[in-house]
Amino acid sequence: MTDIAATAPAHGHDHAHDDHDTPGFFVRWFMSTNHKDIGTLYLIFAIIAGIVGGVLSGMMRLELAEPGIQYLTGWAQMFDPAAGDVQGKHFWNVMITAHGLIMVFFMVMPAMIGGFGNWFVPLMIGAPDMAFPRMNNISFWLTAVAFIMLVGSMFVPGGSGLGAGTGWTVYAPLSTSGSAGPAVDMAIFSLHLAGAASILGAINFITTIFNMRAPGMTLHKMPLFVWSVLVTAFLLLLALPVLAAAITMLLTDRNFGTTFYDATGGGDPVLYQHLFWFFGHPEVYIMILPGFGIVSQVISTFSRKPVFGYLGMAYAMVAIGVVGFIVWAHHMFTVGMSVNLKMYFTAATMVIAVPTGIKIFSWIATMWGGSLTFKTPMVWSLGFIFMFTVGGVTGVVLANGGVDTNLHDTYYVVAHFHYVLSLGAVFSLFAGFYYWFPKMSGRMYNEFLGQLHFWIFFIGVNILFFPQHFLGQQGMPRRYPDYPDAYAFWHLISSYGYVIMGVGVLIFFANILWSLVAGKKAADNPWGEGATTLEWTLSSPPPFHQFNELPRIA
Amino acid sequence: MINRLSPNTKTASLAALLAASMVGLGFAAVPLYDLFCRVTGFGGTTQRYDPVAAAAEPQVLSTTISVRFDSNVSPGLPWKFYPEHPRDTVAIGARDMAIFIAENQSARPVVGTASFNVTPTQAGKYFTKIQCFCFTEQRLEPGQQMRMPVLFFVDPKILDDPDARDVQEITLSYTFHPVDEGKKAS
Repeated sequence: MTDIAATAPAHGHDHAHDDHDTPGFFVRWFMSTNHKDIGTLYLIFAIIAGIVGGVLSGMMRLELAEPGIQYLTGWAQMFDPAAGDVQGKHFWNVMITAHGLIMVFFMVMPAMIGGFGNWFVPLMIGAPDMAFPRMNNISFWLTAVAFIMLVGSMFVPGGSGLGAGTGWTVYAPLSTSGSAGPAVDMAIFSLHLAGAASILGAINFITTIFNMRAPGMTLHKMPLFVWSVLVTAFLLLLALPVLAAAITMLLTDRNFGTTFYDATGGGDPVLYQHLFWFFGHPEVYIMILPGFGIVSQVISTFSRKPVFGYLGMAYAMVAIGVVGFIVWAHHMFTVGMSVNLKMYFTAATMVIAVPTGIKIFSWIATMWGGSLTFKTPMVWSLGFIFMFTVGGVTGVVLANGGVDTNLHDTYYVVAHFHYVLSLGAVFSLFAGFYYWFPKMSGRMYNEFLGQLHFWIFFIGVNILFFPQHFLGQQGMPRRYPDYPDAYAFWHLISSYGYVIMGVGVLIFFANILWSLVAGKKAADNPWGEGATTLEWTLSSPPPFHQFNELPRIA
Repeated sequence: MINRLSPNTKTASLAALLAASMVGLGFAAVPLYDLFCRVTGFGGTTQRYDPVAAAAEPQVLSTTISVRFDSNVSPGLPWKFYPEHPRDTVAIGARDMAIFIAENQSARPVVGTASFNVTPTQAGKYFTKIQCFCFTEQRLEPGQQMRMPVLFFVDPKILDDPDARDVQEITLSYTFHPVDEGKKAS
């Protein structure tokens, strides 16, 4: 690090005497090695990616509002004037692919791990920064380049139209012999880059958490958010390399004549599904575990009580992480597995409900008898518990191999994973955002707008996703732009729900802008005695470099 | 040597090693999956008869089972490919021979290779081939016709398997694919 001792930092705070100069704009934001700045970059990036992914889902809901195909061909013609019916339908596949990949890799993961993880893991364990600040910078910019690659892939040929239309799962043989052109190659490269970025980030978090805790901060005293990021980092480290191997074999199958997934040469496309879901199932826990951590912090803060069953909560996350690696085939119950194999994967999947139940009940027990205040972060956390429980219950339904034969690839599955991710993970992100916004920006958000955002968003997403359970049980398959008239009613309701949710998101942006411009100055600890973690002992926003003298934890 | 590294470098190296070994495991999945399929008959993978390992010739039972022969040609292969008899009834444990006939209907020599499996998939473990034309490249001159034998038996152990003993009929399916001479880098 630089050794220029600053005498007069731009912002006044108690650590002024031993702070360094804040670098200029370009160096600060483009060559950043500061965990808080990189965290901010990740959050801004995730919001931008979330807008792109959200607009895509809005286009899909628009097309799905009525039976028949209304808009697809026209949209496809915007980039390819010669586009016809086939290219229009291909564009549908491109949208579902891009929506899924963007939301998973470029919205939820960067926000949870890159954003809040970077910002608050070092603060919460009393560390001055991440272990490898420059690697941190590389992680961020690799993610940004990966995002550009993925968005770029939508504008180059990908088989029957522009873009990669393989679904986020990139199943062979559609992704190998079924998609000529560079789009799928670009999408695969994008996943490689995003994966490499996340692996580097995971190494960074593991090193930071193991080696840089302040004196007295034992593993069993770490805040649960830090625990959640630690478990997530291990999941990333174990799952992403398998995805990298799987999609590298896709690339060689596509370009170099290998036949890993091609029955012609003795390969098997089902192998790809096994490899993908060996990554894919831990991936869903990668997205939700940091959310568990955030919700634990928020519930404890606004109940003015330490979290109930701290060790149980921490090891429940470890258990979810471990069991998450041995349940992957429940995503592929219909590929032709023996009854015994299905029984195993059904039972193993249901076992996950145990540690998850421990968490849900411990949050409720934390609130029990607590001195509750229902500030915005708290209502988002309560919304999270509700949504995640609904999604968890449908998950237990789907875990049954026999039931899944009927519901596989229907809207029931779509509703299930949007309840746990689009609603669960996203609600925890909003909870974290409102919880830490005063700390990150130094200004309070607008409480009224925050509450309004919650209620509109909550009503919107439920109208959007709950009817999809009905559609799925009636047999509406996922990934289709058109459907028989019988499904029209609930599809229309679902699309209305999107509009309501969209209004909620606009209120969110209005709140950010209003708060950054005119928000009240935030106190060091705006949440009172319930907020006990180390970030609340610092100024709001924290100094550019914190903990030059390490805090001691009793 | 390792003691001279800083604790951060040590932890990061171990973590990187873990990630690298997971990449290795990802690629190792290819041969492992192949092995898994051959051992368990997963997905209708048939068994190969190994005269050395087999202690004795399987006992021929009086119970019979019906075996259907299915033949497919992938698009782009100008062949006609069909079984001599579409269906056979064999005693469980008894050897049987099926003949598949391939005929090149184009005016150029064409090389093809076959993939295969059986359904229902749980029968794969008991469908044992003694001799077949699986994965060997077959070259047919223009108009040439070739008779390809498959020698097999159905393992009597099928009757002991609760998942498979109700199977009345096994379908053996072959698909011929063209061998792309330019793509033989693999």
